[in-house]
Amino acid sequence: MPDPSEPEVVIRVRGLKVGFGDRLVMNGLDLDLYRGEVLGFVGASGAGKSVLTRTILGLIPKQAGTIEAFGHDLDHLSHQERLAVGERWGVLFQEGALFSSLTVRQNIQMPMREHLKLSQEMMDGLAAQKLALVGLPQDAADKFPAELSGGMTKRVALARALALDPEIVFLDEPTSGLDPISAGEFDELIATLQRTLGLTVFMVTHDLDSLFAICNRVAALGHGKVSAVGKIEKLLQSDDPWLKAYFHGKRGVVRAGARTASSPAPHPA
Amino acid sequence: MSVAPSVTRQVGGDGLVLTLGGDWTVAFSATLEATAALLTEPARQAAAAVLDLSAVDRMDTAGAWVIDRARVELADTGISASYRGARPEYALLLKEAGFTPIAPPKPTHLPTTVSLLSAIGESVYTAGYDLAEGVSFFGELVALTFRLLLNPMRWRWTSMTYHLEMYSLRSVPIIMLINFLVGAIVTQQGIFQLGQFGASPYAVNLVGVLGLRELAVLMTAIMIAGRTGSAITAEIGSMSMREEIDALRVMALDPLEVLIMPRLIALVIALPVLTFLADLAELAGGLIVSWLYAGMIPVVFIARLHSAIATETFAVGLIKAPFMAATIGVIAAVEGMNVRGSAESLGQNVTASVVKSIFMVIVMDGLFAMFFSAVNY
Repeated sequence: MPDPSEPEVVIRVRGLKVGFGDRLVMNGLDLDLYRGEVLGFVGASGAGKSVLTRTILGLIPKQAGTIEAFGHDLDHLSHQERLAVGERWGVLFQEGALFSSLTVRQNIQMPMREHLKLSQEMMDGLAAQKLALVGLPQDAADKFPAELSGGMTKRVALARALALDPEIVFLDEPTSGLDPISAGEFDELIATLQRTLGLTVFMVTHDLDSLFAICNRVAALGHGKVSAVGKIEKLLQSDDPWLKAYFHGKRGVVRAGARTASSPAPHPA
Repeated sequence: MSVAPSVTRQVGGDGLVLTLGGDWTVAFSATLEATAALLTEPARQAAAAVLDLSAVDRMDTAGAWVIDRARVELADTGISASYRGARPEYALLLKEAGFTPIAPPKPTHLPTTVSLLSAIGESVYTAGYDLAEGVSFFGELVALTFRLLLNPMRWRWTSMTYHLEMYSLRSVPIIMLINFLVGAIVTQQGIFQLGQFGASPYAVNLVGVLGLRELAVLMTAIMIAGRTGSAITAEIGSMSMREEIDALRVMALDPLEVLIMPRLIALVIALPVLTFLADLAELAGGLIVSWLYAGMIPVVFIARLHSAIATETFAVGLIKAPFMAATIGVIAAVEGMNVRGSAESLGQNVTASVVKSIFMVIVMDGLFAMFFSAVNY
């Protein structure tokens, strides 16, 4: 077991530069994601949080810098190795990105069907299990994405992201658009998965409750770099004007004031 | 570093002990399922079983599910099974991600004959429905046209001009090229086949009459149905998928007026213009081929053309164009508004739009041919 003071880094980003046209969105960004932690990622709307996620996932080309996942530089992988990395992470896109012509069950089974050798019976069972995990009734399985509400879409998207029991999940605003009870259940689910599976979570979020409840560390994005990273208590005391406004604004101050317990400790893998 | 899941079986003092080892993870998909089957098989002789999980290296939700399924299946056969030595996090996992029996999903496919017959029945039924829907939509558009005529300030000039450029100007090259080729082919075949009767100069009559009356407008309409009709359906369809049409409605705007009318009018203007250009291209194709292939100098071609065709010949083709344009536009718009939720539905509606438009264009051409011959035009 690794020493907790030197946690294993599963995603390492160094000197990342990403731009559109002549505008640089990421300018020399460094970021580490440790195994077994929940990293909350905050930043102003439009600062490039989704761009960073999509760049790590390889959906947006970068101009400079390196991205390592599980110790492999993603630029120097063969096609097969790249696929193997893809099986080890799951993604919840902001809009769910469910396949609109497949039912919920088929959506969840899609990665299993493509990457694993499982009987149909077991895939049906696992799909039902994932639905139950994310708190959806079994009769949702035969629905099509167009028939789902916003909250259900998020849950199904999470169920699909978990289909292959990935080591890392990327969540892009998972609780936005959910009612506080569902959002709370969502947080609890993430915490449970982290505890039981040692899941590593990279979570872009604006939900202050999520940040306080389940994030081991919080990173803030500003001016194309990670402007601050650490436990939430540290960020609360930061002098950065944006962070001050973020946490001590009208919405933040209630939460921060009410919260006395310290952040949960990262799960030792 | 990862070890395949394994089971060892011992009969001890407290009944059957199944010791699980290795990684019970989904990465071992097929092995995982096969090993899990071993859990239930040999245990059927005992009255109680203990699942010893202390040697399990790793477990994920899929592993927890197969292990818990084995426990439930054992319980169903009257063997009470319990866990022993599970790490706290795995005990929690077995509880949270455990097995719950589900009803097997309903089969999605009907028997072939049933689905074939039902598909035929459905298409017959919807064909009538399509017609009714098209006519009612057309009625709405006519009513809207009158409203807009009374209130011309609401006319969307910018949108119409933009679509006119898209539909007419941008399709000029391909329309002219296609019709040039069709004219050339018809003339070449005319010269060749009529030459057997010594009547090859009559190929000019052939390309003149056939081209102006039928081919130019038909080829142009078919091309526009494929090029523009599909674009209209895809645009309106993806807008309705993304709730943009609903957004217009709640802003008290009529999607017919904002989206469909400008496109339809642009199409009705574009198609006659394109047909005129197609006529020119078709005759040019005929002229070039008669010159190069049959040695008929252009002056002679034009003189023969003068005697072969009249203004009516040209007018017959042109009169049909706006009607065909309206048909294409209405079908494309109706199909676009009918797109529902999925990407598949968008694809189906775009296909339907193009197929129906081309079919209707040809049907209309036949009806016009009967009409014109009845009135001797």
